[in-house]
Amino acid sequence: MNKENAVGTAEVTRPTLPQTRTVTLTVNGTEHQLQLAPWTSVLDALREYLHLTGTKKGCDHGQCGACTILLDGKRINSCLTLAVMQEGKEITTVEGLAKDGELHPVQQAFIEHDAFQCGYCTPGQICSVIGLVNEGKAKTLDDIKDLMSGNICRCGAYANIVQVAQEALERRTGL
Amino acid sequence: MRPFTFTQVQDVDSAVQEVSAEGAKFIAGGTNLLDLMKIDVMSPSHLVDITKIALNTIEETEEGGIRLGALVTNADTAYHELVETRYPLLSHAILAGATAQLRNMATNGGNLLQRTRCYYFYDTQTPCNKREPGSGCSAIEGYNRDLAILGTSEHCIATHPSDMCVALAALEATVRVKGPQGERPIPFAEFHRLPGDNPHLDSNLQPDEIITAIDLPAQGFAQHYTYLKLRDRASYAFALVSVAAALDLEGSIIKEARIALGGVAHKPWRVPEAEAFLRGKEATTENFRRVAEAYLLGAKGYGDNTFKVELAKRAIVRALEQATKMEPTS
Repeated sequence: MNKENAVGTAEVTRPTLPQTRTVTLTVNGTEHQLQLAPWTSVLDALREYLHLTGTKKGCDHGQCGACTILLDGKRINSCLTLAVMQEGKEITTVEGLAKDGELHPVQQAFIEHDAFQCGYCTPGQICSVIGLVNEGKAKTLDDIKDLMSGNICRCGAYANIVQVAQEALERRTGL
Repeated sequence: MRPFTFTQVQDVDSAVQEVSAEGAKFIAGGTNLLDLMKIDVMSPSHLVDITKIALNTIEETEEGGIRLGALVTNADTAYHELVETRYPLLSHAILAGATAQLRNMATNGGNLLQRTRCYYFYDTQTPCNKREPGSGCSAIEGYNRDLAILGTSEHCIATHPSDMCVALAALEATVRVKGPQGERPIPFAEFHRLPGDNPHLDSNLQPDEIITAIDLPAQGFAQHYTYLKLRDRASYAFALVSVAAALDLEGSIIKEARIALGGVAHKPWRVPEAEAFLRGKEATTENFRRVAEAYLLGAKGYGDNTFKVELAKRAIVRALEQATKMEPTS
């Protein structure tokens, strides 16, 4: 649509993008107010707006698990959920696991078991193991393998990752 | 992703009103919709967040069954005590699909409305009648290993990807939906549809209707059941062929049999006449073979997927044998 302004030149009115909105996210125990477009995923909000780049963008389609975070203690793919839909929830990323300078036991176990090579999938793997323990459904080695199948490791550190998960489950159940 | 406007609703009536706008879609778990929006297969201009609506419980019904709220997650449904004890077939089927992460997000209503995983539906550079009506089907003459062998049309050979829905078909669930004209129940067998001349339509749910719940009848087949899923790897893969088998046995005599197939058609595949053949018969491999033959009558392979015809027959026999022996897992 063109309209004449006071000096007679044509002014072009461009369609406007939908408004951003204020979104309050609770990440690692801290509330953050962000101005976000509705299509911003939790993953992009974490990485691009909060600069928490520990959570990785692998496939961005829910297939690789590199973006795994904990939402109210349960594992989800942060690439497949909109930030605007997660107000009021507790988001935990890999940056929120260490306490008082001490690594989370699962983080420490990844080091002790040499459960990574390049490390790109590791933040997602760590969050996934913690989620696995929180959810409390894995009883056997096969359960662990099945319930960790949403986290791909292209270096193939699976055998050691499974050891970490076994150890974490044993620690939780006191076996 | 293309820009869209966004709103949150608190109740079913507001949801129905909001979704009647041109280009509007509901979002709940988002696991399938956002994936498809990122690659421009779906491009709604308005998203209606329904996750705040109180449809997130599982309760017993007066008829002796249970009601699964549309917004309960797949994980919470599969691990719910009532589902685990009374409808273990459903529990097993849900846990055979996707990953822990996805099941923690995906909802029951959304599971029913999953789109096909046909490669050409995802590939916007190729014709696909489901994505773009009238453009043609690339799969019929193309690579079709994962695709349908039953109930196909000359316009589409897509499969419905859900595991949960295969169990819901066998259990004869009812889908409760609400639209501007009020509520209506849809028997599960009539919820999804065959592609025919309109492959862009996956189900008989109208664009301005919302799924509120899924009702399960009292009969849960909790003794003799199996969800057998055959796929290229042991976890996180769609079914080549899956079978939800449920038997009500009196000794070795079959009082009732339910068989639903996944991975072979545009909807969970049931042949009630073939199931009826088993009624009053002995639970023997020979009888299972006969019913398997009847299930695959009219099956048609397209080259890469022709192996599914024999695979499905063997899977039916194996699933029924496992159900008989109370060995639900393979």
